[in-house]
Parts: sequence; structure tokens; C-alpha cells
Amino acid sequence: MNSSTVLQRLPTLKYVLVRYASAAQNQDLKKRQEAMMARSLPKQVSIPGVNHIILVSSGKGGVGKSTVSANLAVALGIELGERKVGLLDADVFGPSIPTMMNLEGSPDIVEGNKMVPLVNYGLKVMSMGFLVPGSGPVVWRGLMVMQAIQDLTKNVKWGPLDILVVDTPPGTGDTHLSLAQTLPLSGALVVTTSQKVALNAARKGAQMLEKVKVPIIGVVNNMSTFICSKCDTPSNIFGTNEGAQMLAKDFGVKVLSNIPLDPRIGELSDTGQPVVLAHPESKQE
Amino acid sequence: CENGIAVDLLYGRKFSNHSTLLSVHNMDSKSPNIILILSGKGGVGKSTTAVQLALTFRKIGKKVGLLDVDFCGPSIPRMLGLEGKSVFQSPRGWVPIYADAEQTLAVMSIGFLLKNRDDPVIWRGPKKTAMIKLFLEDVYWDNLDYLIIDTPPGTSDEHISVMENIRSLPVLGAVLVTTPQAVAVGDVRREVTFCRKTGIRILGIIENMSGFVCPTCAECTNIFSKGGGEALAIHAKVPFLGCIPIDPQLTQALESGVSFIDSFEGSNVTETFKNIAAQITSS
Repeated sequence: MNSSTVLQRLPTLKYVLVRYASAAQNQDLKKRQEAMMARSLPKQVSIPGVNHIILVSSGKGGVGKSTVSANLAVALGIELGERKVGLLDADVFGPSIPTMMNLEGSPDIVEGNKMVPLVNYGLKVMSMGFLVPGSGPVVWRGLMVMQAIQDLTKNVKWGPLDILVVDTPPGTGDTHLSLAQTLPLSGALVVTTSQKVALNAARKGAQMLEKVKVPIIGVVNNMSTFICSKCDTPSNIFGTNEGAQMLAKDFGVKVLSNIPLDPRIGELSDTGQPVVLAHPESKQE
Repeated sequence: CENGIAVDLLYGRKFSNHSTLLSVHNMDSKSPNIILILSGKGGVGKSTTAVQLALTFRKIGKKVGLLDVDFCGPSIPRMLGLEGKSVFQSPRGWVPIYADAEQTLAVMSIGFLLKNRDDPVIWRGPKKTAMIKLFLEDVYWDNLDYLIIDTPPGTSDEHISVMENIRSLPVLGAVLVTTPQAVAVGDVRREVTFCRKTGIRILGIIENMSGFVCPTCAECTNIFSKGGGEALAIHAKVPFLGCIPIDPQLTQALESGVSFIDSFEGSNVTETFKNIAAQITSS
């Protein structure tokens, strides 16, 4: 129904119809605007052979995203089978995954100019750390980061994978935007510690995920309690678990795990042994 | 409004040049006084260190400015109990938020400009660059003895922009913060190279979260390992400023926005920061 023809026929209802017409026009306008904006945004293209992509993100730095990503990927690999799980380290500035997975070296290039991921502990791994020598900083503005993320996702011969776990850098910036805009993400984990400053930043991270329409799978509360090895006294060094529970509740998800603060995790990460392999019986799982 | 920040603040500004900055803020007559807090690694305690150093300088009678250029996770307002404060504009520029009535600690952060403190700031580089320029040039940093700049992790737009904008200003140097673990030290090693390449002097390295003393049995556990920061300082031939242990009282003070330095004068953490401040001022 064309709003203008109705106005001509029923002048007494003009006011109501004008309002209706403008509301409908606003709706149309909004839809047109969204369509125009969508045209200028990059399209989400899945990686051939990869069934699910899961982001491990936070908003806050140093909460244990890489630790959680590496151990989660290894645990999934044990469940799903050799080389069915991939681990992508999208932290261009501070790639920790090579250290944690005890991998180094440059990836081979095969046909189609694609890089071959390095393999350890049954996982296929790719990281900026393999492409940049040891102590060289990566001092890049956003555009180059976007390009690098493209390379690390699309120009890698991932092969058939059930799940690709993606470790992200801290913040809510270029890397996350690029990942959300160019890849169909199955979901994301939000990692946090109990401190309010961490929860605050993690909340922002979760809000950003909602804005770019990535489903949040759950919250991981890391470094939750420290048990003294000598006297077994528990200390909640960074705060109580309540904050993480509230964060999860606010986003309609659960706290998937409260990972304790165990010195062995740090030591093992430094020497490239994921704790789920070295201590499978420990509570961290 | 975009992201809860009034658009006119970002786009309605006049661009001032560096000489205006120097003379308006009385910085040209002072000796080098800008200190950057850098890391490369996230979550090592940059903001914590920036706040404690600022409070320590204030305690010894200096006038301090604290600029938070971490847009994604601005922690500084909370750590000083200044959440919810609004920024006002004066003829001389934006008025920073003062942490005390005597106006000896001036603070600026994007946290003060957000409508809702939980709002994320999802910006690409150019906007961040413009905001940093604004923070440095349009905020009325009046007659400071020291300006401490807290940065986010990484070596990206924010860091490049800060370096570009402070190039002609009196910079004292950078303090690098790390935790003892190898994964942290690896990133900080990169930051050392970044400082060398951009010509910024490294005042020293702080090893944070270095050991935890159990409150019940006093057993010290090196939760995040030990010694990595000191080893890096030796390797990179820069001063090692000190170790800061994990102190739940410090965490608690930061959570509630209370000054640890003023409330726990006898603590060895307070002593360590006094020591670090002394090393910085004498360098």
C-alpha cells in the first residue's frame, strides 16, 4: 500500500496515516541504510574444511587467554583425534602460543602460496610468532594488522578441521573486528580473572562480541584461588568468584570453569608443555 | 553520540602545535619529565605501576599528571576512585580530573568520557591516533613536575601515536613492566627493541607479581616464576628497578580506589615504589 494514495482518499485520518507512513518510511530507511553499510563491509567467508571457529577473547590483557586456548585446543584434540583441531594465535604483537606449544621455525609454503601450519601435541598451529624473528617487535598500525589476520586465516593450509581455536590479543580493536567481519565464528569464550578491573574490561569485550553478533559460549574464571603448597590455605588473591558469575549471568551464559592459580601452569607454559598433558589428573581440566 | 562520547569533543577541536603545548603547559622551562609505562605484554601491572608511581611522586611533594591511553581497558579511573567523574572544558583546554583537593594529581582517561562505564570502545587506528593527540595537546596539564603515560599492551597505533606526539617534548624515558614468566619476558624483550628503535630512553625494568607470601604460613611461592625481569634487565643492559611481590592488600586497594601508598606506608611494596621513584628522579 502506497502511503500517499491512502492520504488522498481519507483526509480525516491524515495525521495517523502520516505518522504511520513516516514510521514505515523510517523502517525502510533503516533497512536501506543497513543494506548499504553491509555492502561496504567485508563478507564473512568460511575457511574451507574448517567446521567450527571458536574465539578465546577477553578485553583484558594477561588473564590467561593463550593458556586457556592452548590447553583447550589440546584437550579437544585428545577428544576429537589427531590433527582435527587447529590453534590460531591471532595476537600479532605478543604471540605466546609458540612458547606454550614448544614450536618454532618458519612454516613451509605450498601451492597456492599457502602456509603449512606447524604441528605439535596433535594440533595444527599457526602464529605470527613463526613469521617474525625472536626479539623483533611488530610495530604496526591497524591496516597492517588486518592484512596479517587475513594471511593467518585465509592463506594457511588448515586442511579438514573439526574446530579451530583462535587466541586473540587483549582489547577490542582491529584484530577482533577483522576476525568477526571476515570469518563466520561459531562462538566465543570470555576469559577473565576475579579483579574488578579485569571484569570491567571483559564486560566490554563481551559487549563488543554482542555488537558484532558473535555468540558467547561461556565465561572462564582464571587464576581464581591459590592454595598454599605448604599449609593448604586458600587465598583469593585477585578477588572472589562472584564477579565472574555476575558477568556470565548478565550475558545469559554460565561460568564454564574456575581455574585455580597454580604455579605449575606458568612453569609448564614457559617450557612449552600444556598442563592438560603434563598433569591430566589435576583440577584444571 | 558515538560510543557514548560526544562527537563534538572529537571533531570540534582546534589543532594546536607543539610550541603552544610547551608554553601553555609551562613545560619548556622544566627538565625532562614525561615517563612512559610500557610493557608489550598485557596484564603485568602497567596501570597498577603507573598509579603507584604517581601516588609516590605526589607523596614526595611533586605535581603529577597521569594520562591513560588504554582505550579498550581504561583501568586508571577505578584504581583512583574517580569513576563517574565528568570532564569539563575551560578556555585553556579540557580540565583533567583531580584526585585530590590540592590538585597535585591530575588524571585523564577515556574512562571519564564514556556515558556508561561498561561501554566498549571499538575503534580502529585513526580515531585512536586523533584521541591521543587531543589528550596530549588539548588537556590543560598545568605546570606539572611529572607526566606519567600509561599505555595498553602491544606495539600498535597507540604507541606509535604517543611516540610521534611526544617527540618534541621533554621525555625522561620509559619504565618497562613485566612479570617473571618467559611468555611475558618475551614480549617485553620486543618492547626493549621498540624503545631502542624509536629512540626512547629506558629508565629500567620492574618485575611485578614476583612471589606471593602466604598470609598464614609466610611461605613464599613464586606463582609466576621468578627472576625473568631481572635477567632481561641484565641481558638488555638496562637498570633493574626492583621486584614487586603479589600483595592482596594492594589488589584490594586498587579495587576500592584507595591509595595504597598512603594507607600502607610501612609496607615493603610502598618502600619499593619509593626506591623506584628515587632511581627515576636521579637518572
